[in-house]
Amino acid sequence: MAKKKVLIVDDEPNIVTALEYLLTMSGYEVAVAENGEEALAAVARAKPDLVLLDVMMPRLNGYEVCRRLRERPEWAGIKIVILSAKGREVDVSKGLSLGADLYVTKPFSNTELVARISALLGGA
Amino acid sequence: MLQGWVIVVVSFAYLGLLFAIAYYADKRADQGRSVIANPYVYALSLAVYATAWTFYGSVGRAAADGVGFLPIYIGPTLMIALWWIVVRKMLRITKENRITSLADFIASRYGKSALLGGVVTVIVVIGIVPYISLQLKAISSTFTILLQYPDIVMPAKVGAMPLLQDTALWVALILAVFTILFGTRHLYSAEHHEGMVAAIAFESLVKLLAFLAVGVFVTFGIYDGFGDIFLRAAADPGLAPLLTPLEGVAGGYASWVWLTVLSMLAILFLPRQFQVAVIENTDEKHLAKAIWLFPLYMLAINLFVLPLAFGGRLHFPDGSVDADTFVLTLPMAERQELLALLVFIGGLSAATGMVIVETIALSTMVCNDLVMPVLLRLRALRLAERADLTGLLLGIRRWAIVLTLLLGYLYFRVAGEAYALVSIGLISFAAVAQFAPAALGGIFWKGGTRRGALAGLLAGFAVWFYTLLVPAFARSGWLPVSLLEEGPFGIALLKPLALFGLAGLDQITHAMLWSMLANVGAYVAVSLADTPSAEEHRQASLFVDVFRRLPEAGGARFWRGTASAQDLHNVLARFVGAEAADAAFRAYATRKHVHWPEQPLVADAEFVHYVETVLAGAIGASSARIMVGSAVKEEALTLEEVRQILDEASQVVIYSHRLEQKSRELERATAELRAANERLKELDRLKDDFLSTVTHELRTPLTSIRAFSEILNQDPRVDLAQRRKFLGIITKETERLTRLINQVLDLAKIESGRADWHVTDVDLREVVSDTLTAMGQVFQEKNIRVEVRLPESVPPVRADLDRLIQVMLNLLSNAVKFCDPADGRIEVALVAEDGWLRVDVCDNGPGVRPGDERIIFDKFAQAGDALTGKPQGSGLGLYISRHIVEYHGGRIWVRNRPGGGACFSFTLPAAPGVRAAAKAEAVHGEKESADR
Repeated sequence: MAKKKVLIVDDEPNIVTALEYLLTMSGYEVAVAENGEEALAAVARAKPDLVLLDVMMPRLNGYEVCRRLRERPEWAGIKIVILSAKGREVDVSKGLSLGADLYVTKPFSNTELVARISALLGGA
Repeated sequence: MLQGWVIVVVSFAYLGLLFAIAYYADKRADQGRSVIANPYVYALSLAVYATAWTFYGSVGRAAADGVGFLPIYIGPTLMIALWWIVVRKMLRITKENRITSLADFIASRYGKSALLGGVVTVIVVIGIVPYISLQLKAISSTFTILLQYPDIVMPAKVGAMPLLQDTALWVALILAVFTILFGTRHLYSAEHHEGMVAAIAFESLVKLLAFLAVGVFVTFGIYDGFGDIFLRAAADPGLAPLLTPLEGVAGGYASWVWLTVLSMLAILFLPRQFQVAVIENTDEKHLAKAIWLFPLYMLAINLFVLPLAFGGRLHFPDGSVDADTFVLTLPMAERQELLALLVFIGGLSAATGMVIVETIALSTMVCNDLVMPVLLRLRALRLAERADLTGLLLGIRRWAIVLTLLLGYLYFRVAGEAYALVSIGLISFAAVAQFAPAALGGIFWKGGTRRGALAGLLAGFAVWFYTLLVPAFARSGWLPVSLLEEGPFGIALLKPLALFGLAGLDQITHAMLWSMLANVGAYVAVSLADTPSAEEHRQASLFVDVFRRLPEAGGARFWRGTASAQDLHNVLARFVGAEAADAAFRAYATRKHVHWPEQPLVADAEFVHYVETVLAGAIGASSARIMVGSAVKEEALTLEEVRQILDEASQVVIYSHRLEQKSRELERATAELRAANERLKELDRLKDDFLSTVTHELRTPLTSIRAFSEILNQDPRVDLAQRRKFLGIITKETERLTRLINQVLDLAKIESGRADWHVTDVDLREVVSDTLTAMGQVFQEKNIRVEVRLPESVPPVRADLDRLIQVMLNLLSNAVKFCDPADGRIEVALVAEDGWLRVDVCDNGPGVRPGDERIIFDKFAQAGDALTGKPQGSGLGLYISRHIVEYHGGRIWVRNRPGGGACFSFTLPAAPGVRAAAKAEAVHGEKESADR
């Protein structure tokens, strides 16, 4: 069975490094985008199974990326996990209402994040 | 060739043109698109002040007296400055009470006294007739002179001429017809004569143009400019004395003062001036422009008076040509047919303008204040019972016009030859000046009473008659000349020209002195001794307090009685016609939200007052009073009751003032509260933003730290190189966290004022180079080129070294953050000038968004959002820097460079004591840095 593909979208290089390492080591194929616009292009190009999305980003913010992804029926199967430093209730419900499957606040627990991603992707 | 018929045809064509203008303006007014409702037309119509007397007579007077003609024009110029105070009040009173004329104004003020109105009218007629005759004389004699072209022959004595060959008679009759056509097309005199005003304004332009044309021709055509004329006049022994200002006037200073005062009053109280300035005014605001436009006109029309006078006397040295005709005879002598004709038309404009407005004003007065009150009182005529009196009213007005002009002609025929133009005009001025105490006192002094006004007017008029008119008659041969030389019955003290032995003054000064003394004295003395009636009391309050009264209340509060709406309608219909009466009732009903005539109108005090005011607009206040009085059963109010109403009203005014004040205070307090609330909300929002931003900024490094710690902790597969890399990241992110926490703490300290400042002498050169060294690593990593310009030495500043380093590091890391990612360039410069030191840090990035130049120095404002949608950094750095710089007495700002990129600069004052030295050094330093 082919590796599941995860797209990491975040503008903090250090966080990207951490996530990249973590997910690769957990057996995923990983792609990276540094901002919202790049993210949309990367989705179209790489067709990931899951997108890990930061919110506060240059160009398009995470919410906007989420909304646009959900507009396209051909991308409906892509799981979206928002990974944000904004942890207030309003932020979480906004993310979920825009079509995210999961909202995780930073800082996160590596184990938990990997477990949840794995659950979303059908235990691969 | 100027044949008689040419002049006649041109004159009639001109009158026709005037009529066309008037017709057009009336049409436009009917359509509600008034042409006269603008300040320029208003100011031009005021220039009806300049009559044939100005047009021809000024030059005549200047030829005899030098600058002695000037007070007649200085007076109005002074007076117009006071118009905002005087005329605005008159305007308001006139509009609220629908006053139709000067006589109506004075009668209305003093208890709607028909007697007073009549007296004023009589004085006006007697006083103004000479003035009208002056215009007739001007037209007919200039016409006669022009007929002789190219010869210059002075007209013969009029007395010698058969009546029907006298041009002046024909002029008078033609003008009468013309004025009737102009002025009595509508009955309602409180309405504006829009056509007349438009025509008058046009005439003012024509006469100015004609006068300027002849002035320019004589000054620059015949002579060689102003200098040439004045030099020649100074060389002529006969003319030289005229060049000394006060020598020219008999009586010297006193004469100047009195002539000025006289014309100040004339510009207000001449019937035609009152008509155009007050009755015909459409908007109070026009006064503001007229205040400078009218003096400008006066200046323009006087500009060439002296050159023309001197030019005339130099040109006709033998004295065979009357100086009053120089304006016309100079172009004639030079064979300028067209210019002479233009001058004649200009003079015609000046004369007809005056005659038209003056006789219309007079006819309104004669009808409303002299004839109607008498007719209405004559029960034998049963006028009050006739259904429609509009025809009668118009008839009276038309006859009044004809009679006024014929009187003018008669005066011209019998007395006109005795005086030059100027003296006749001044006699009229002195007559209307008699209205000043009653009219001005009436709007500023509540104490003036009807009897006082009457006494003043009669006394002043009697003195005027005796000192000015009697001598005129004596000189014309009507009375024995011995009267002037020896006094009546040989009593020297009563000599008309030297009353009570007062000799040595010129005639006008002498007459003004005595008549004003008698007038003001009688007015004040009788008023003080008198007890006013209730009606007088009420009118006094309506006039004097016109700006202070509550709107709407008007005069209605003073009426008590019973009336029927039908009776009132009948009265109104009789004088203004059924249609106009219907219209007036409808207007009132609309105001009261009543569907008249289906629903009845209640004839209460307010309504009766309304009807009386409307009626006053047609027949004047005193007649209206009589007529309304006949239609309603009125219960007279006692003086006590009127006083009580007035007191109540003033109580209400005071109370409402207090209420207004309270509500203003409340409004202010509410506004302050609202502003405070807004400020609080804004602060709250800022605090929220702050927390959210700080949280985000704290969580981002924490996230990395935790993620890598967990990896290192849980994943045994991490190799050594990776381990080293991850630990490096953890260290960096920890430093970032520390920095942020320090900034927040710093901010708290600075904002609360508890920061410790270690102030020493600091060399900014060191600060700059130290920070550049500290950032060297970063520049290298990001491949940024740095250019530095430092003077060899700069004066020290008194500052906290660590804080300044903080500022510098902040600006530099900002520059690093924003500069061009591919080809980064940063320029740093230190400049000393004028006791100040300035540091510039410029990058080649995208620059600051226009409009954000100040905001970015505020707390948590992040220039980043403008560019990328994401904040970069905490948003605290620039805010803290600003605080630090300002603490040291400096300033920090940013501007975009023309070529792109932002330039942050801050200044600091050089340490005290070295500032003076710094100045010199700064110049030196600049040079050095320029050399690099």
